Amino acid sequence: MLAFIIRRLAQSVLVMLFVALIAFVIFRYVGDPITSMVGVETRLEDQEIMRDRLGLNDPVVVQFARFIGNALQGEFGISYRLQQPVTELILSRLPATLELAVASALIALVFGVVLGVFTALRPKSFLTAGIMAASLVGVSLPTFLIGIGLIYVFAVELGWLPSFGRGEVVDLGWWRTGLLTESGLKSLILPAITLSLFQLTLIMRLVRAEMLEVLRTEYIRFARARGLSQRAINFGHALKNTMVPVITITGLQLGSVIAFAIVTETVFQWPGVGSLFITSVQVVDVPVMAAYLMFIALVFVLINLIVDILYYVVDPRLRVDGGAGN
Amino acid sequence: MTEPLLSVRGLTVEFPTRHGILTAVEDITLDIMPGEVLGMVGESGAGKSMTGNAIIGLIEPPGRIARGEIWLKGRRIDNLPPEEMRAIRGRRIGMIFQDPLTSLNPLFRISDQLVETIRTQLPMSQDAARKRAIQLLDDVGIPDAARRIDDYPHQFSGGMRQRVVIALALCAEPDLVIADEPTTALDVSVQAQIIDVMKQLCAERGAAILLVTHDMGVIAETADRVAVMYAGRIAEIGPVRDVIKNARHPYTEGLMGAIPRLGENLERLQQIPGAMPRLSAIPKGCAFNPRCPKVLDRCRSHRPALSPTEPGRQVACWLYDGVTEA
Ligand SMILES: Nc1ncnc2c1ncn2[C@@H]1O[C@H](COP(=O)(O)OP(=O)(O)OP(=O)(O)O)[C@@H](O)[C@H]1O
Ligand code: SF4
Ligand SMILES: [Mg+2]
Repeated sequence: MLAFIIRRLAQSVLVMLFVALIAFVIFRYVGDPITSMVGVETRLEDQEIMRDRLGLNDPVVVQFARFIGNALQGEFGISYRLQQPVTELILSRLPATLELAVASALIALVFGVVLGVFTALRPKSFLTAGIMAASLVGVSLPTFLIGIGLIYVFAVELGWLPSFGRGEVVDLGWWRTGLLTESGLKSLILPAITLSLFQLTLIMRLVRAEMLEVLRTEYIRFARARGLSQRAINFGHALKNTMVPVITITGLQLGSVIAFAIVTETVFQWPGVGSLFITSVQVVDVPVMAAYLMFIALVFVLINLIVDILYYVVDPRLRVDGGAGN
Repeated sequence: MTEPLLSVRGLTVEFPTRHGILTAVEDITLDIMPGEVLGMVGESGAGKSMTGNAIIGLIEPPGRIARGEIWLKGRRIDNLPPEEMRAIRGRRIGMIFQDPLTSLNPLFRISDQLVETIRTQLPMSQDAARKRAIQLLDDVGIPDAARRIDDYPHQFSGGMRQRVVIALALCAEPDLVIADEPTTALDVSVQAQIIDVMKQLCAERGAAILLVTHDMGVIAETADRVAVMYAGRIAEIGPVRDVIKNARHPYTEGLMGAIPRLGENLERLQQIPGAMPRLSAIPKGCAFNPRCPKVLDRCRSHRPALSPTEPGRQVACWLYDGVTEA
């Protein structure tokens, strides 16, 4: 177990180093940091002095090492646009994105599994045909269209839910949450559904395919031959085996939910990390872009690591202890 | 004469396909007496598994029993509602599949699978079921059963796993055990042990066995009677000793040309030229006629029925037409 975790950790570090290299290249070579910071009016000699002071004339390797050293301390420089430390900016936006991502991941997981199991167990039902057709629409419609459609129906026409923003938030000191106020919860519904739909259809189709596959296996036939009840077979045996790959994929999807939140956050003007990134791209706020890249990579790497460990816990075959005695 | 435990009358299994209806098994009629071991041999695709699946009520749709009746202890079971048939599976009829590697759910401990099966079949507390499970594992010859019971399937070797499968099939002391090639997937060195364990435990409990195998050696040593299958029909059925020593049907004669020793595979010793026809291309008349060295004129146009040649013995071949009348 320990060796396995250490190996995975080492891989994670490698991946992060590689992403850091890309972030560094963006940070250092997209635009000129000095001009971006001080504007074109500053005298060239002064610019040169700053360049020296900031170490921009040092060898690239030294600069990269410094970049990583800073990154390890959570230092990504100052946003050109907002003149605020980048890390502070991202941390202040993070709760909004995480609440949105977790809410939609939960929606996607719960409905995805329920619908997937249903369609696998009732392959000939009309409802299944309807769900499968709807899911095709779900994967093929772009997120922003779904978002705009939902806004049109539930905010504009029906007026039930707000169309943008996060509603009232409560400051817990280290976390600004929208989950404790009514307006905050109402504001969460539409963006969370929008963001979840794609993953929901994905999970549903995955669960369905896996479950159908599992139901054809010999151990399910043997379970039938032993006279176990339909319920024990479907929800005891088949579901557990179905969930092993589903856990992996769903876990990994959480990473992409956070990454894909960009579009949803933009449509709903959700004050999260994604919309911060979009505005940064528009004004070439390079430190924010580089830090966002590192942040998303970190999210993926961490989730990957957790999923692998979970997988390992769920599937006894992967555990090496116990030994294969005869 | 005692009443047969199992009585199959004119069993016919069909598969509707795009190119018409395929008949996988046709007009099978056989009896199994209480405690008797009936062997079943025949080339791959002869319909052996299909017959076993039909008896235990596990034919995969769209396959279905088109004609015929199956009686267990004087009760007709081929047309029971699913819940009543489920009560028979495991309790009255147990089944052992070919591959122990895939028959056990990899994510569940052996103890869970045993206890679950026992408690489905018999009114027992968790503790009592567990005691019984350990006893069963002990009976099938798993050393240190009390400790091994909480292991996962992958922690056992193939032979040990098949012992676990046998324990599972015998949980509720069924009257009939259908063993579909129980040793084909196993190492040659353990095949004989597995057959011995199975035969001994069934004998102790008075359970009859339908033993499907490619291995004539196993049949010779284990079975009381043998049914030879060809292209979905019974070619010949009778006491093992008689059939081996004095084969009637030309196909059986070919099979018996050389009886392999225990563990050797029938297919390798195949001496009859040609191959069994596909279901979609079964020849008119006797299905064996293109390969038969003794073929008669009417073999090509008329199909011989299974008819008695001497007490306890039936053959489907024109060569013996009139033997009974004589
Ligand atoms: N789902 C299906 N659809 C159509 N035909 C099928 C289907 N399943 C099995 N069959 C056919 O039924 C026939 C009998 O198959 P069965 O599995 O009973 O053979 P078998 O005697 O057990 O052979 P083996 O020794 O290979 O196990 C075969 O010809 C097979 O092709
Ligand atoms: S019926 Fe004819 S073709 Fe068929 S086995 Fe007998 S002799 Fe051969
Ligand atoms: Mg078979």
